[in-house]
Amino acid sequence: MSDTTAEAGRRPRPALAHHFDDLAQQKDAATLGMWVFLATEVLFFGGLFAAYSVYRGWYPEAFGAASHSLDITLGAVNTAVLITSSLTMALAVHAAETGERRLLVLFLVATMALGAVFLGIKAVEYAAKFAEHHVPGPSFHFEEEALSRNAQIFFSLYFVMTGLHALHMVIGLGIMTWMLVWAWNGTITKEYASPIEISGLYWHFVDIVWIFLFPLLYLIGRHA
Amino acid sequence: MPSHPVLLPPRHYLNDGFGVKSWLLTRDHKRIALLYLAAVTVFFFIGGAFAVLIRLELATPAGDLVTDDTYNKLFTMHGVMLVFFFLIPGIPAVLGNFLVPLMIGAKDLAFPKINLASWYIFVIGGTFTMYAVVTGGLDTGWTFYTPFSTMSSTSAVVPAAIGIFITGFSSILTGLNFIVTIHRMRAPGLTWFRLPLFIWSHYAASLIMVLGTPVVAVTIVLVAADRIFSFGIFDPNRGGDPVLFQHLFWFYSHPAVYIMILPAMGVISELVAAFCRKQIFGYTFVAFASLGIAVLGFLVWGHHMFVAGQSVYAALIFSFLSFLVAIPSAVKVFNWTATMYKGSISWDTPMLYAIGFIGLFTVGGLTGLFLAAVGLDVHVTDTYFIVAHFHYIMVGGTIMAYLGGLHYWWPKISGRMYNELAAKVGAVIIFFGFNLTFFPQFILGYLGMPRRYHAYPPEFQVLNVLSSAGASILGVGYLIPMVYLAWSLRYGKIVGANPWGAVGLEWTTTSPPPTENFAEAPVVTWDAYDYPTQVEGHVV
Repeated sequence: MSDTTAEAGRRPRPALAHHFDDLAQQKDAATLGMWVFLATEVLFFGGLFAAYSVYRGWYPEAFGAASHSLDITLGAVNTAVLITSSLTMALAVHAAETGERRLLVLFLVATMALGAVFLGIKAVEYAAKFAEHHVPGPSFHFEEEALSRNAQIFFSLYFVMTGLHALHMVIGLGIMTWMLVWAWNGTITKEYASPIEISGLYWHFVDIVWIFLFPLLYLIGRHA
Repeated sequence: MPSHPVLLPPRHYLNDGFGVKSWLLTRDHKRIALLYLAAVTVFFFIGGAFAVLIRLELATPAGDLVTDDTYNKLFTMHGVMLVFFFLIPGIPAVLGNFLVPLMIGAKDLAFPKINLASWYIFVIGGTFTMYAVVTGGLDTGWTFYTPFSTMSSTSAVVPAAIGIFITGFSSILTGLNFIVTIHRMRAPGLTWFRLPLFIWSHYAASLIMVLGTPVVAVTIVLVAADRIFSFGIFDPNRGGDPVLFQHLFWFYSHPAVYIMILPAMGVISELVAAFCRKQIFGYTFVAFASLGIAVLGFLVWGHHMFVAGQSVYAALIFSFLSFLVAIPSAVKVFNWTATMYKGSISWDTPMLYAIGFIGLFTVGGLTGLFLAAVGLDVHVTDTYFIVAHFHYIMVGGTIMAYLGGLHYWWPKISGRMYNELAAKVGAVIIFFGFNLTFFPQFILGYLGMPRRYHAYPPEFQVLNVLSSAGASILGVGYLIPMVYLAWSLRYGKIVGANPWGAVGLEWTTTSPPPTENFAEAPVVTWDAYDYPTQVEGHVV
């Protein structure tokens, strides 16, 4: 087709893509697309939660002991940071819909900053785990010898689950950078706010995953 | 050659831009379908070449052509290539991509750029997996069972796994695109129960792609973590459970069978209606049968694990649920048959493939019931009976429907007709070659010949030679369409918009269609398969 590359570059955003009837249909399609993608994501993390449930049921003592070695303060701070970032994201969506460009930029920057803080704290936690030899593998060492074997399963899941979550955060920051450019250069308008809204859906989803990860990984047996 | 009154339309998607760039950067779903056609054809013949070597080795009882290690790699790469790079994307990414927008009266899929991206992801994933083949091969079987894949195998597990992981995303994106397109882009008046059954079955398959694929993706991540970082998620020494891998793997890979067969069923519904000139008998039942298969498909994975230490109660429940899948499958077979009854059947090539499909799928489906029965399954687990069963579904079912669909829509895709005689000969050769290859394997398996061995006792040789002979006939059969379809691109007779006299929106536009699909946006006021009621007593 002739109109693909050349014309798409010239076409001022926000253009109605050629194959939609109107902006409403385009927005509906994009929103549904993100929801379907989030369904995919639920199943992606679902496989991990299934594995977690099986092993936690089998090895409650090892999971409890290993969980206690995580830094609950840093975990709790990170939870607060992420929830706050969801608030600023929601405010960004509102600013986009009401066409307040400066507020939109402000809230996007705030969301990104909070996301970066989360990743920074996560890096500190990972460094501690490396220093304590809590990374599964040949150099693994756990203080309670009897639970050492099964504790490796906990830490394997800990690193895979939080690692994939962190990867989603990094991708989220990439999307937010993109949205920031669009907010800055005026692509986002009151009429064309759906990119912000859809990116927000993704951001909230990644937050919700953490809301599950935090108690499952950090809070095992803390009530006792 | 007499001059034909019919000419190609002056402007269509194939002459709208020339050169490599106009193809590799296209966002037209029809061109992307052709990119997929080229890619899956390459992978089909690579996977087929591995099959040729397997059947050559098995022509004699002794393991004399290749070593046992090489044989392990041959059947692994045969399975990986054909399952992940041909059967799963085949019908949806080629025929579905081309037809979903045309059938619902849309200008394109909802997300054209994502559609193009899915093709690139597919090719990158395929290249990664091919790289694994070249650098040492893969010997785990296409199922990647742990702990062999995580701890023992010395072959290129990680590159192959990454290739499959990457390719999974192309499947997810295709499914996502179809779901959104079918929900949001139907032409005015095209209600859900006016949709062609091809659309229903692609919708059901898309649900599986979107909900199943991520589970196998994360399972591959866990295998890679175990292998690369010495994590112990599936390591029995540390309390990890290899059977958990099987649960996660089959949670996707059993529904994946329905990703292969549901779109095939959609193709067959179109072919049967068009060549019997009748409304599909029990349209609503066939439509809901697709959704029923998709839902039940998620609940039967345990039947792959009857001998894997699953509890008796779990096995009984999985057995019962597996039997239930027979109901929507049988609904479809019976309804196609009922559609043919007193239909005005024409024996064009696509219909030959459709009838072949119905017969072979029935055999594959009924032997599936053998395997759903716990007691019998234990007897034939890991024998050639299993191999024969799933080849009847995947090759006899999916590939027959793929070829039938490719022939049926070929004039729409290319604007030209292939040589009907060559096509009929090819279809018959494929049908006989297929049965000669795989029917003896039922007997071999029932007699106890295990799968995945490169040598076997001499008393199995006659049946194995029959199977190998059939495979060579089948191989020739698959080359025939390559020749006459390629020939037809240049020399085939130019046909008009609707050479079959079929109904359906895709036949109302020119062949090949213009880039934007329809000169003016269609409005639908009729039901699917609205063939005129026939005269002479054959009342529909």
